[in-house]
Amino acid sequence: MTIAEKQAELVEAFSEFDEWLDKYEYLIEMGKALPSFPEEKKTDERLIKGCQSRVWLDAQTVDGKVVFSADSDAIITRGIIAMLIDVYSNRTPEEILQADDQFIDKIGLRENLSPTRQNGLLSMMQTIRQLAETAAQA
Amino acid sequence: MTTKEFRELFPILTRKVYGKDLVYFDNAATSQRPRSVLDKFLTLSQESNANIYRAVHKLSAEATDAYEQAREAARAFVNAGSREEIIFTSGCTAAINTVAFSFGQAFVKAGDIVIVGEGEHHSNLVPWQLLCERAGATLKILPIDDKGHWDLSVLKRLLAEGCPVAAAQRVKLVAVTHISNVLGLVNPVEELIRLSHAAGAPVLVDGAQGIVHERVDVQAMDCDFYAFSGHKVYAATGTGVLYGKKQWLEQMPPFLSGGEMVGTVTLEHADFAGLPHKFEAGTGNFASIATFPEAFETALLAREPEIANAYEEVCAYLEDALRARGDLRLYGESETFRGEAGPTGAYRRAGVFSFTIDGVHHEDVAQVLDKMGVAVRSGLMCAEPVIRHFGVSGMVRASLAPYNTMEEAEYFIKCLDKAINLLR
Ligand SMILES: Cc1ncc(COP(=O)(O)O)c(C=O)c1O
Repeated sequence: MTIAEKQAELVEAFSEFDEWLDKYEYLIEMGKALPSFPEEKKTDERLIKGCQSRVWLDAQTVDGKVVFSADSDAIITRGIIAMLIDVYSNRTPEEILQADDQFIDKIGLRENLSPTRQNGLLSMMQTIRQLAETAAQA
Repeated sequence: MTTKEFRELFPILTRKVYGKDLVYFDNAATSQRPRSVLDKFLTLSQESNANIYRAVHKLSAEATDAYEQAREAARAFVNAGSREEIIFTSGCTAAINTVAFSFGQAFVKAGDIVIVGEGEHHSNLVPWQLLCERAGATLKILPIDDKGHWDLSVLKRLLAEGCPVAAAQRVKLVAVTHISNVLGLVNPVEELIRLSHAAGAPVLVDGAQGIVHERVDVQAMDCDFYAFSGHKVYAATGTGVLYGKKQWLEQMPPFLSGGEMVGTVTLEHADFAGLPHKFEAGTGNFASIATFPEAFETALLAREPEIANAYEEVCAYLEDALRARGDLRLYGESETFRGEAGPTGAYRRAGVFSFTIDGVHHEDVAQVLDKMGVAVRSGLMCAEPVIRHFGVSGMVRASLAPYNTMEEAEYFIKCLDKAINLLR
């Protein structure tokens, strides 16, 4: 599945729910399904700035693909980063850098987050792109 | 008047969010405004909009009248001795900064001491940090214990250290909050003021929350300054009051300058207008300030027994319901304070409930509650040292007003249960 296909799938999945509470629940489930993140990786370098809740994001390059892993102390934030990982992880740096993030607005996620979390979401996307750029240059 | 009738005075309270009835539990941040306040603002803007004090024409006279009536209303509301002691500001923060700059310039010198509470809002902490940096003075902290109560023995020690001999008094000001916006407990300010005055130190009280929940009588309290915002006590936003004892205000230089606050101005020099105008540079926020009489009337209405008793019941229910959860930590212990003059009303909880829940992030709780129609605050609440005192990264705060009902409190508890189940 390409990034665009994955994004379309998520937009579709979220559109099944009318109530935002149910959409949150879906996000929270994604967060709960995120593989555990080792405590020793929760370092300041991996901490994403601009989030009120703490989010750690790590990137490894495996066979030319960027593999992300992450954690957060807040479950909705964890769900958001899990969703982003679902879309952008295990892709080549070029794929990540060419993709857009309009699916976030199509889901309606941005407008349904507090302003601080909107900033956090922005920082998460920026960090994902930065890590992809670093991987592309390596 | 019943709570239901009181509630009907506030048009916003019938609105829906996400298709659900709004339950507004963020009153400590900003309270809602009654129709009378909204009408006053609109009428003045539509009919009497003009620059206050400066012109001889009819509109200016009406606007000025409304402004001065607001001053009298504020004077009466806090029982200040005269209108000259009531300075209008843009809010509590601006009022505190006025004292930090002006009183600071006149009285705080290198080597002096300013004491602030550990439980302060940043607005009553950072201005004193900056003053001490400017002046080369030292900031000392009056700590709180794990119940959220002041350790007055530390205050006594600080005052005694600062004042080894009466002639060398170094504690120039004590700045504390009447009610913390996090812990919601009424602090024993009278006792603190007595102790401070005995050592020759004046006291500023941050009344942003106190003015809402307490009958404030600045003469009985004997505070030297009392600061509060209008928007937390039913008035329009961008308004505030600095009460100051005349003896201090007269000795303090202006903070901002320009406009009507001057007496005679030549190109080289200006002398200044009398109180309160000396501290009111520039055109005042007249249509908003002018909502004070209606706002304070509303506050007084809320203190009538029928509404006040119902409100107390709602708060008691919430306290019990929150404490009943084993996984929830409510901060601040309410109990009777016994001062040297006997028991007082201090350390009662005044409608503010800040808590954390094991294993659930405060921001998640607030976010999910929002989607259920319940507005609460989460995070550091502009009082980071208080939050850190309790070793957490943030709290959820439900803060009530007398227009909140038992049904809302019950709905809130139900929603909280649901939110926690969802988030675990
Ligand atoms: C205790 C306390 N002090 C000061 C302030 C500052 O008030 P304002 O932002 O209206 O100036 C607040 C408001 O949050 C407060 O709760």
